[in-house]
Amino acid sequence: MSEETLSTENTSAIDTVAEDSKAKVSPNYAEIVYNGIWKNNPALVQLLGLCPLLAVTSTVVNAIGLGLATMVVLIGSNIAVSLIRNYVADAVRLPAFVMIIASFTTCIELIMQAYTYELYQILGIFIPLIVTNCAILGRADAFASRNPVLPSALDGFMMGLGFMIILSVLGGMRELIGQGTLFSDMQLLFGESALNWKLTVFSNYPDVLFAILPPGAFIGLGLLIALKNHFDEREKERDRARKAGQKTESRRVRVTG
Amino acid sequence: MALLRISSPHTQRPGHRTAWIMQMVILATIPGLAVQTWLFGYGTLINLIIACITAVVFEAVLLKARQRSVAFFLKDYSALLTAVLLALALPPSVPWWLTATGVGVAIVFAKQVYGGLGNNPFNPAMVGYAILLVSFPVPMTQWVGAQSLIDAGATPSFSQSLQAIFGTLPTIDSYTMATPLDAFKHAEGLDRSSAFDTILGLNEANLTNWISVNLAYLVGGLFLLKLRIITWHTPVAVLAGLAAISSVFFLTDLSHAATPWFHITSGAAMFGAFFIATDPVSSCTSNRGKLVYGAGIGILIYIIRTWGGYPDGVAFAVLLMNFAAPLIDHYTQPRAYGHKKAKKGLKFGGDN
Repeated sequence: MSEETLSTENTSAIDTVAEDSKAKVSPNYAEIVYNGIWKNNPALVQLLGLCPLLAVTSTVVNAIGLGLATMVVLIGSNIAVSLIRNYVADAVRLPAFVMIIASFTTCIELIMQAYTYELYQILGIFIPLIVTNCAILGRADAFASRNPVLPSALDGFMMGLGFMIILSVLGGMRELIGQGTLFSDMQLLFGESALNWKLTVFSNYPDVLFAILPPGAFIGLGLLIALKNHFDEREKERDRARKAGQKTESRRVRVTG
Repeated sequence: MALLRISSPHTQRPGHRTAWIMQMVILATIPGLAVQTWLFGYGTLINLIIACITAVVFEAVLLKARQRSVAFFLKDYSALLTAVLLALALPPSVPWWLTATGVGVAIVFAKQVYGGLGNNPFNPAMVGYAILLVSFPVPMTQWVGAQSLIDAGATPSFSQSLQAIFGTLPTIDSYTMATPLDAFKHAEGLDRSSAFDTILGLNEANLTNWISVNLAYLVGGLFLLKLRIITWHTPVAVLAGLAAISSVFFLTDLSHAATPWFHITSGAAMFGAFFIATDPVSSCTSNRGKLVYGAGIGILIYIIRTWGGYPDGVAFAVLLMNFAAPLIDHYTQPRAYGHKKAKKGLKFGGDN
C-alpha cells in the first residue's frame, strides 16, 4: 500500500504547499483546526490511511485504540520533523521522516503491549503498520517540514483527532449493525471502570457478518463521505444564497440612488 | 423508455416498453414459483409478498430522496422484478427481516445509489443475495424438505410457513435439509456412488425436487426466448460452459466428480442462466460478448461449487462476470455497417 499511495501523497503535498505558505507567515490556528477536523479530514477528504480504516473499525474500542495510537504518532512525528526541518537536506528528508515515524510507532507499540495487552493482540499487525499510514508521512512532508513547532503539533493533533473521529464513527456504525451493541469491551482500553459501558441496543440480534467484514467498512465509509459532501453542498448553497441576497440589496440601493 | 433492440427491424414491437418487458419476466417466473411452492410450501410465496412490499417502499423513498418522479419510475416494474428474483432465490423458511434486508440492500445500494434503473453495474437481486449469504450463512442455506415430508409428498402447511418466517416456529430444523449441492459438497472422502446412496440430501426425492424446479425455470426461460426479450446466447453459453467444465472434471475423475447433468439440474443453474445472467443492464451487449460472458459464468459456477466455500455459486459468478462485462463488450464490438473492420481496443492519438 505504502509506495503506491506515497506517490499520490507527494502530488497532494505539492498542492497543499501554496495553501500552507500562507500559514508560514502567521500560523492561523483556527484554520488548522478546521482543516484537520472537517475541510481536509484525512479519512473523509484525503482518503489516507484506508488500510487501518477498513481493517480495524469493526468495533468502537478497536477504532478508538488505533485512532489514539495514530494520533500520538502523528503529534510526535510532526513535532520532531518540525524541529529538524531546517537541518535535513531535501534529498534525505523522506527517509529521515520515515525513521522518525517508525521510532514513534515502536514506542506506541511497546506502550500498548505494556498497558493494553489484549487490545494490542486484537489490533495485531495494524499497530506496526501505522508507519505506512500515508496520513502521517503526508502531514510531515506537507505541513511539519514547513512550519514551526507549535502549529505543527496542533496540526498533528487535529489531523489525528479528525482521523480518530471518523474511525470511531465508522466503528460505531459497524458494531451497531454487525452485533447490535455499542461500546462493547471498552475495558480493554479504559480499564475496569469501563466494564459496564456496553450498550446492548438490540437484544437477541443476529450477527450481520457483512458489516463486521471489510466490505461493510467500504459501504460505511462511502456513506460517511456522501454525508460530508451533502453538508458541504448545503453550506455552499447557503453561501450562494447569502451572496445573492447581498447583491440584490446593493442593486436596489444603486437604483434608488 | 424502451429497451433498444440489436437486431432489425427495430420497429417490430412498438409500445413494448420497459414496463412490459419487466412484467413479462415476472410472468415467466410463474412456473418456477408454482413448482417451488408445490414442493417447498408457501414460504416462497410469502417471501415474495414481503419482498415486493419492501422493494416498492424502498424504491419510492429513494426516488423521493433523489428528487425523481416516484410514480413514473415505480410504474416500470423494475423494483418489483428485483424483488421477485431475490425472493425466488431465497430459501422458503428465512425470517421476514432477512428478506426485507436483502431487498433493501438490493434497491438502495445496488440500484439507486448508482443512479437507478439502467445505471447499475451489478445485478441488484444478486447483490442482495450475496450480501445475505455472506451475512447470514445459516438461515440462507437451510432449505425446507425433511426426509419424511418428502417421502409422504407433504410440505409445510401455510400456517407453518408463516410461523417459520415470522419466527414463532421453534423447530425449524426438523423441516430443513441440505440441498443436493450442499450435501454433495460435504461428501468428502466418499466416492460418487456411495455418496448418492448414503447421504440424506442426495436421495432420489430431493434430487427430483430440484430437477423439477430447474425444468420449471427452463420453461419460463423458453417463454422469454419466444417473446424475444432475451436472446439465446447468454443462457446457452452459461449452461454449455457449466456442462463443458463439469464434463472435463467428470471424465478425468470418474469416481468423485458429479455428472454434468447433476450440475445443470441442481441449485440455481437454470434460474441463473435464464433470469439472472440475462439482465440487460449488467450483462454484455454484443452477441459474441454474451457468449463469452455466459461461458465465464458457467465456468465460475462450477469453480465456486466445487472448490469455493459456498454450496452454490450462481450469485458470485454473475457478480464477478458483471465486473468483466464492460471489458468484454469493449473487445467484442461487432463490425459496424460500412466499416471494413470492427473497432478493437483503445487507440490513442487517432480518431476513435
